[in-house]
Amino acid sequence: MRAFEYASPTTKEQAVALLNNQWGETEVLAGGMDLLSLMKDDVTRPGRVINIKEIKELHGLQYSPSTGLRIGALVTLQELLENETVRKEYPSLAQAAEGVTSPQIRDLGTVGGDLCQRPRCWYFRGGFGLLAQDSSGKSLVLEGENKYHAILGNSGPAYFVNPSSLAPALIALGAKIRLFGPKGARDVAAGQFFVTPKTNQEREYALKTNEIVTELLVPPTGGARNATYEVRQKEALDWPLAAAAVSLKMSGKNVTSARIVLGHVAPVPWPVPDAEKFLAGKTVSEQVAQDTGGAAVTGAKRLSQNGYKVQLARVAVKRAILRAAEGGA
Amino acid sequence: MAEYNWPEASKRSLIGKRISRLDGPEKVSGKAKYTYDLKRPGMLYGKMVRCPHAHAKVSSIDTSAAEKMPGVKAVKIIQDPGSEIQWAGDGVVVVAATEEHLAEDAARAVKVTYEVLPHLVREEDLSKAGDRAKPAAEKVAGDPTKAFSEAEVVSEGTYSIAVITHCCLESHGQITEWEGDKLNVFPSTQAVTGIGGEFVKALGIPATNVRVRMNHVGGGFGSKFNADRWGIEGARLAKLAGQPVKIMLERDAELMVAGGRPSSFAKIKMGAKKDGTITAWESNSWGTGGPGGAGMPPLPYVWQIPNQRMNHTGVATNIGPARAWRAPNHPQACFLTMSAIEDLAAALKMDPLEICLKNISLLGPRASLYQEELLKGAEIIEWKRKWHLRGDTTAGHIKRGLGLSMHTWGGAPHNSECRVTINPDGSVSAELASQDLGTGTRTVIAIVAAETLGLPIEAIKVNIGDSAYPPSGGSGGSTTVGGVSSSTRRAAADALDEIFKVVAPALNADPANLEAAGSKIQVKGDASKSMTWQQACSRLGVKPIRANGKQPDPAKGSLASSGVAGIQMAEVTVDTETGIVKIEKLVSVQDMGLIIDAKTAESQIYGALIMGVCYALYEEKIMDQATGRMLNPNMEFYKLAGIGDIGTLVVHLMTGQEQDARGVIGLGEPPVVSPGAAISNAVANAIGVRVPSLPITPDRVLTAMEKKGGLT
Ligand SMILES: Cc1cc2nc3c(=O)[nH]c(=O)nc-3n(C[C@H](O)[C@H](O)[C@H](O)COP(=O)(O)OP(=O)(O)OC[C@H]3O[C@@H](n4cnc5c(N)ncnc54)[C@H](O)[C@@H]3O)c2cc1C
Repeated sequence: MRAFEYASPTTKEQAVALLNNQWGETEVLAGGMDLLSLMKDDVTRPGRVINIKEIKELHGLQYSPSTGLRIGALVTLQELLENETVRKEYPSLAQAAEGVTSPQIRDLGTVGGDLCQRPRCWYFRGGFGLLAQDSSGKSLVLEGENKYHAILGNSGPAYFVNPSSLAPALIALGAKIRLFGPKGARDVAAGQFFVTPKTNQEREYALKTNEIVTELLVPPTGGARNATYEVRQKEALDWPLAAAAVSLKMSGKNVTSARIVLGHVAPVPWPVPDAEKFLAGKTVSEQVAQDTGGAAVTGAKRLSQNGYKVQLARVAVKRAILRAAEGGA
Repeated sequence: MAEYNWPEASKRSLIGKRISRLDGPEKVSGKAKYTYDLKRPGMLYGKMVRCPHAHAKVSSIDTSAAEKMPGVKAVKIIQDPGSEIQWAGDGVVVVAATEEHLAEDAARAVKVTYEVLPHLVREEDLSKAGDRAKPAAEKVAGDPTKAFSEAEVVSEGTYSIAVITHCCLESHGQITEWEGDKLNVFPSTQAVTGIGGEFVKALGIPATNVRVRMNHVGGGFGSKFNADRWGIEGARLAKLAGQPVKIMLERDAELMVAGGRPSSFAKIKMGAKKDGTITAWESNSWGTGGPGGAGMPPLPYVWQIPNQRMNHTGVATNIGPARAWRAPNHPQACFLTMSAIEDLAAALKMDPLEICLKNISLLGPRASLYQEELLKGAEIIEWKRKWHLRGDTTAGHIKRGLGLSMHTWGGAPHNSECRVTINPDGSVSAELASQDLGTGTRTVIAIVAAETLGLPIEAIKVNIGDSAYPPSGGSGGSTTVGGVSSSTRRAAADALDEIFKVVAPALNADPANLEAAGSKIQVKGDASKSMTWQQACSRLGVKPIRANGKQPDPAKGSLASSGVAGIQMAEVTVDTETGIVKIEKLVSVQDMGLIIDAKTAESQIYGALIMGVCYALYEEKIMDQATGRMLNPNMEFYKLAGIGDIGTLVVHLMTGQEQDARGVIGLGEPPVVSPGAAISNAVANAIGVRVPSLPITPDRVLTAMEKKGGLT
């Protein structure tokens, strides 16, 4: 790790004043679960690291039945999954947090950090840039080792998958992400927060270089049943190969409307409106869930080694729907 | 004359019992100090400048900027311009600085230019290997052509097993420290005695000037026998800097350069009669272990098939060097052979257990032992009740299957010397320049000495891990337990003989008529004529008794031998919608001759089964042909099993007269041989089709099922 300057502001105004207008020159430090590995691997080389954990208002989690849930950016994954209201009203979030299967990471990792963590693409982490290109600009992924890469939204130049497990659930629940910068606060729909970069210098989210995430605002579910299902090879310390989060408005066993978002399959969390339309108006059954999964992956494009992820995404949707329909709320 | 032979079963008070390892509390409480934990006065940190290319020639090196960096005490070029580099991550320059991060900064400031040369890091497609493919001479036995033409059934398959690493939790490395012209080495090693010689040779110093010390090692698995470039250059750097230097490999370097287990690919054909009698074997295999290619694993494994034809091609690649990996070549050979046999059984619609029992005579001298083990394993896993024809036909997407495999290993004792000292105060020590790889060597030494002297295990102070003690072999090839138990037994027996001579007059008995038991020395068969161990030792006056025991020592008989038999059975479930395999149960039935400590023996097998699950389902050194680099040199995508992934492990140790008669035989390696084959066979039994490659990842399971004709 290279030497850096360290700041520990106590207000969000101070924090954003310490950020500068170049990605990578300054980095925000929350739990450090990702930032530290990026720095140790020399992928990120900030001259200044800004610890935001001393900013009190970024902590804490509040719920009101009328306005919904407010999650401070510094709420840890463990706090999220242990929260009774979250478990009851927003099981998809608790299940996603549970999927980060290391107690150590959950105890330190924050929700803000989970949304802003960088892709796990092994070319990126190995020093070949966010878009994983050789010196002539040719993608290393397409003819390379792409079994963990994107099957959707993969027309290039980005082929990595968005790593956040919380993001699909937040999008399915209609959450907003509140950002704070020199000009004050602004809210972005969770679905608009993630972007597919076109150059190595861009980032995968809609933050400006001098903005931070301060909180997440999740509306009341209105009784929608929600669930996350992740396909992971190992029981612990393993990334999902594919995941799906769903939020279903139901009347009896009938789905009146659905939100379905895939995770770990595209450079951004991937809502699947065709599948949502397919499911709306139907009664949940194993077959309907399966067919909805099929509808979710119709646009998928296999790379040389990742065709199996199409099947996994299909299964994740099926199982998330069945889990949501079984579960309460 | 002293009694050297092992006591018979009824007379053993410690040997063969379940005894907890002596260093357990120290390890679980974090008190045990590994090399990685050590710090010497004035110690510097060494870092390597590593080549980013898989194959290149060093063109130029400029160390001037690094030399001026803060805290930098020495910079040394270790591969001059013109040197050819054969794998990414190989060290070119090494720097030493007062702090680890300063050493890292300095290493980054060294400018090296390379002429990049063509590389090959993928070997699955032999046709792309060109002149890097080096075929070996064909091996033939019997008349395979005739045997295949007469075979009633011929089954064919293609199988592969990936290159994996050792993934030692404590990485490779050492501290090197000079005291004048004497060198102290604190390595993480499997060979406290052997490693010193390499420093002697490379540095041209007298053997008496090198001292090696190590208390605990965080895993070696065959990869830690050598001083290595980082060791030798670390010593030179320490000399240059005039201060001790510590170099431990970073996790990524550990996975890239500290050794791999060679891959094996094979097209295999087997011939048999309709009744399951195996008649013929043919294999075309290839594999790589780095620039040296890879020799043929011992095919066909375990089974002495009468008619065989084998061709093998080693492929030289730039993936990093191969190193012995726990039971070198056996897991590969076992996976290839036992998969082919299970596929033959499936072609015959026969139970593989029946095929094995039917052909049991092909298993050589330990055939009946294998038979006994197979039946024991079958009983434990309820084979008869649970086994079904290939393909679980029950409803639902979770399929269950059973698989089996068998293995062997040598495990002959290595050379070893032990010095046992009995002090006038009654204390006893055993000293050997051996090492405890975590296998329980300390505990084994203490058990043998205590048993021989009739003392409790706590009475023995075991001193190992220092080359100042009598020399003992490296811990490889499962040779340690036989070596150290033999030398310790002889040393302790001779020491006892001496003390018998001292106390015999007081007991009014012939020394040959004395025995030691229950912390007493007594006249054989007459416990009334006895004295306590303390009383006996106090008669030594001021002179301790010292006795040296040796292995081998033909005049004193044989206490150890070689050659074990083991079988394993696996029960798995496969989620056919996701291709995810879960281990339900692994059963290991293992023979290892006379067991010194049943508990540490079981631990070895548990560990081997877990390691087996890792390479069966998760581990692979993933190399990228475009960049020539390893893509998963980290613990995130170089996957290992966690506690939730290993299922229920059942260990059955074979014991009895047959085992006692063969003396002590090494155990560390054999139980890691079979898991890959047993698990792969169980998966095939569950889903109805062979997943031809290890590790059995979801993509491979789904691909195999798709080829079979779609998902269920
Ligand atoms: C083995 C392993 C398995 C994992 N599995 C999963 C998984 O299955 N699913 C999953 O979602 N995650 C997984 N993670 C990732 C883990 O959840 C995240 O690394 C963690 O949540 C990040 O939070 P943090 O607070 O530690 O972030 P940090 O490491 O502190 O920050 C991460 C990044 O976000 C930026 N950042 C952090 N907070 C803010 C903020 N408030 N505003 C602006 N920028 C910010 C930082 O600058 C940095 O770039 C895994 C990690 C490991 C090591």
